[in-house]
Amino acid sequence: MKYAYFPGCSLHSTALEYGESTKEICRKIGIELQEIKDWNCCGATPAHQTNRYLATALPLRNIAKAEKMGMDMVIPCAACFSRSKFAQYAVEKDDEFRKKIIDAVGLPYEGKIKIKHLLQVIAEDLGLEAIKKKVIKPLTGLNVACYYGCLLVRPPEVTHFEDAEEPQIMENLVKAMGAEAVDWAFKTECCGASFAISNAEAMMRLTGRVIGDAILNDCDCIMVACPLCHANLDMRQQQINDAYGTNFNIPIFYFTELLGIACGIPLEELKIGCHLTDPFTILKAKQLC
Amino acid sequence: MANIGVFVCWCGSNIAQTVDVVAVAKAASEFKDVVYSVDYKYMCSSPGQNMMIDAIKQHNLDGVVIASCSPRMHESTFRSAAVLAGFNPYMVEMANLREHCSWVHDNREEATKKAIELVRMIVAKVARNAPLNKIYVPVTKRALVIGGGIAGIQAALDIANGGVEVIMVEKEPSIGGHMSQLDETFPTLDCSQCILTPRMVEVATHKNITLYAYSEVDSVEGFVGNFKVKIKRKAKCVIEELCTGCGLCTQKCPVGKKGEVMNEFEVGMAPRPAIYIPFPQAVPNIPVIDRENCTYFKTGKCGVCAKVCVAKAIDFNQKDEIVEEEVGAIIVATGYDLYPKDSYGEYGYGKFKDVISGLEFERMVSASGPTKGKVLRPSNGKPPKNVVFIKCVGSRDEKHGISYCSKICCMYTAKHAMLLHHKCPGAKAYIFYMDIRATGKGYEEFVKRAMEEEGAVYIRGRVSRIYKRKDHLVVVGADTLTGKPVEVEADLVVLATAIIAKDGADKLAQILKISYDTHNFYNEAHPKLRPVETNTAGIFLAGCCQAPKDIPDSVSQGSAAASKALALFSKKELEREPLISRVNEEFCVGCLACQPVCPYNAIEEKEIRDRKGNLIKKVAHINEGLCMGCGACAVTCRSGCIILEGFTNNQIFEQINTFENLISKFEPTPEETVAKK
Repeated sequence: MKYAYFPGCSLHSTALEYGESTKEICRKIGIELQEIKDWNCCGATPAHQTNRYLATALPLRNIAKAEKMGMDMVIPCAACFSRSKFAQYAVEKDDEFRKKIIDAVGLPYEGKIKIKHLLQVIAEDLGLEAIKKKVIKPLTGLNVACYYGCLLVRPPEVTHFEDAEEPQIMENLVKAMGAEAVDWAFKTECCGASFAISNAEAMMRLTGRVIGDAILNDCDCIMVACPLCHANLDMRQQQINDAYGTNFNIPIFYFTELLGIACGIPLEELKIGCHLTDPFTILKAKQLC
Repeated sequence: MANIGVFVCWCGSNIAQTVDVVAVAKAASEFKDVVYSVDYKYMCSSPGQNMMIDAIKQHNLDGVVIASCSPRMHESTFRSAAVLAGFNPYMVEMANLREHCSWVHDNREEATKKAIELVRMIVAKVARNAPLNKIYVPVTKRALVIGGGIAGIQAALDIANGGVEVIMVEKEPSIGGHMSQLDETFPTLDCSQCILTPRMVEVATHKNITLYAYSEVDSVEGFVGNFKVKIKRKAKCVIEELCTGCGLCTQKCPVGKKGEVMNEFEVGMAPRPAIYIPFPQAVPNIPVIDRENCTYFKTGKCGVCAKVCVAKAIDFNQKDEIVEEEVGAIIVATGYDLYPKDSYGEYGYGKFKDVISGLEFERMVSASGPTKGKVLRPSNGKPPKNVVFIKCVGSRDEKHGISYCSKICCMYTAKHAMLLHHKCPGAKAYIFYMDIRATGKGYEEFVKRAMEEEGAVYIRGRVSRIYKRKDHLVVVGADTLTGKPVEVEADLVVLATAIIAKDGADKLAQILKISYDTHNFYNEAHPKLRPVETNTAGIFLAGCCQAPKDIPDSVSQGSAAASKALALFSKKELEREPLISRVNEEFCVGCLACQPVCPYNAIEEKEIRDRKGNLIKKVAHINEGLCMGCGACAVTCRSGCIILEGFTNNQIFEQINTFENLISKFEPTPEETVAKK
């Protein structure tokens, strides 16, 4: 199984552990990632807040490059995934716009490859049965709250994810790792995303609500599939505690990290030490490290 | 040499705006065989029709061409008018200048040219028309009603009281439909059971009604006035003639005690045994054995019901049985289903016990329901304090559900809020709504009463999520009037799930050969003027199988369908259009190549014998009652001995020739082609 791999900026920098764990787990379970050469930023929020052409042309350049490689494209970052899917969707519907964008990109584009989130590649293309066979250290007794956030699943006509309001793909993956998925209410609510920079108050209220509900439903950790969700949930707990008098101290894992642990990859290689909220206590308690 | 009159209609400005109707009439006056040609603003109006009648007499016409709209609506208008003038109606034909010309073109000059040619072709056809006479077929004076809900009951009783026999087929063990599950009904709050059960009993006891409960329509053949219906009577495993309806078997049946089989009538809120009567007022009051869940059928052991039955009415060896009935008309009243439970994951229906559907709430408030009329939280059996009602769950939601409005939810939700107020004092009703559609008689006042006198709090907005917080549910939504998000702590949430077409509605439509829409609701023949007829003659619609509707509308439609059926039965014989195929028996060689192509099974073999009874030859014969005039046989016939009346080869070829002449006018002549080169 070969895929054109688009790490995006985060996985090389702020979400280094997501990038490393992605590479490690893919190697372990037999997914070959070929990083797209000379890829560029997807444009993220700044581009789509300012210019529709820029917001489409930036990700489309990466897609065109992947298309040349002749492989489907895999993206672990939910925001990059969303922007790339949006670009593909935008040029599909509007021929004139498509011409302009392809002209700007300067590369041929036919729209024949699929863009997938890493979750889909692992849980659907490879399949849960195959995952179960690779699990050598089941995460028995670990209660996981699966957090999707908003960009991964919405809007459904663009992302083509399963049920946008009550998705199950992460829960099913968690069960395949031998852990328990807790039922909670805020798994597709927003974390506040980049408001962390412009309006921290808004972000703290939203992230606080998400973490609070997860803890209320007796989880040991929260599992995410987006670098920005991870940043807000992992990094802001102390800030939220200071602001609202809460007592949050809950580890936030990428799904690649938990899957890596279950498949027996050493913690150092997964770079779990990069987290701000202590991930080790719970792993020790569950005899996973 | 024919005398043909041409009447060109303006259709107000519909035709006249794009087609120069005066020019068309003038051009037509020059056509071969045309002796009279005129234009008029509205040919279909009474003066327009009289104009045609007068011209027929004055000019001694033997053919008429009305150049106006599509024949779909007004062909019958002009043909009926012709009959008044003592004129054979099949000598009147229409040239379609509206749908086929003025409505689809905008170049006036070109459209006028086209209109002239359309008229020219029809004139050529009419010149070769032959007078035809209607065909008469006998009528079986007996009706079939499919579905025993309130719409079907009303239709059956009306027909039966009109002195005509009715056969009612009901899928479930009892008639009554959804109405029998309801508690009180809007806007008068009269008890549903109290008004319905007498009608159910009347159906069972009426001398003109034969009731087949626990039965389904298997196949339908034939045509209006002469349908042959096969009905599958599912084995009840109870001998109806012997059963006294004492109910002892249902009490002693060991199945269902642990809730392994749930009662469909109670919407799964109470268990039922394997041998059961769905509810105490059921009609017929005879139990059936659910063979899938019966221990005897599963293991061959048990038979407790047979042991306790004093009347010896249990018969495990009963088999499904097919009965055949002949009927003249069919009324389809198969009702509706509700939008599936688990389709709104964010509302947690199926996940949270305290999220229920409107129909479940209805059973809860019903005195005969699983909670004996008390509103109780399914999770802990305690009365709720805050109840949230969510309207439009599935309805008016193109993205997630269905596009249409389910029509009844606004009203029954207001009613639910009132019933909550009456039966659970102190409880508060919150209603999330998009719009309030209360358009029936007394409906607006009813909703107002719910708001002003019965304390229901209406919040305009949608609910985005429901989640559990400790012992209660949190309903998260938007109040679009204040523009703010709202959260309501609820003990019970009631979802007004959408009305959808009955499961299997499409299959039944295929059996009946009636059309249905994208949502599987059955199509009426005309949305305004023929609301209870289908496009298949002799088949009528009543109730929610056509579209969502409330009880008063369903009853009205039931009565309307019954009156249509009675009108059909009031005739000795049915008139049929004579536009059917005929076999020239002199030329027919009896190859019967026509037989397999006939979609209506209307062609059979006929033996021709001399006076002494010696077989001379075999020929194809067309059943006048079954032939629909599609013409498939006529084009298949190798010896050309089948003609389609009204569309003979002679007529059609002349039309085509007329058109070909026209084309040749535009084609370059050989000389011109040479000159170009």
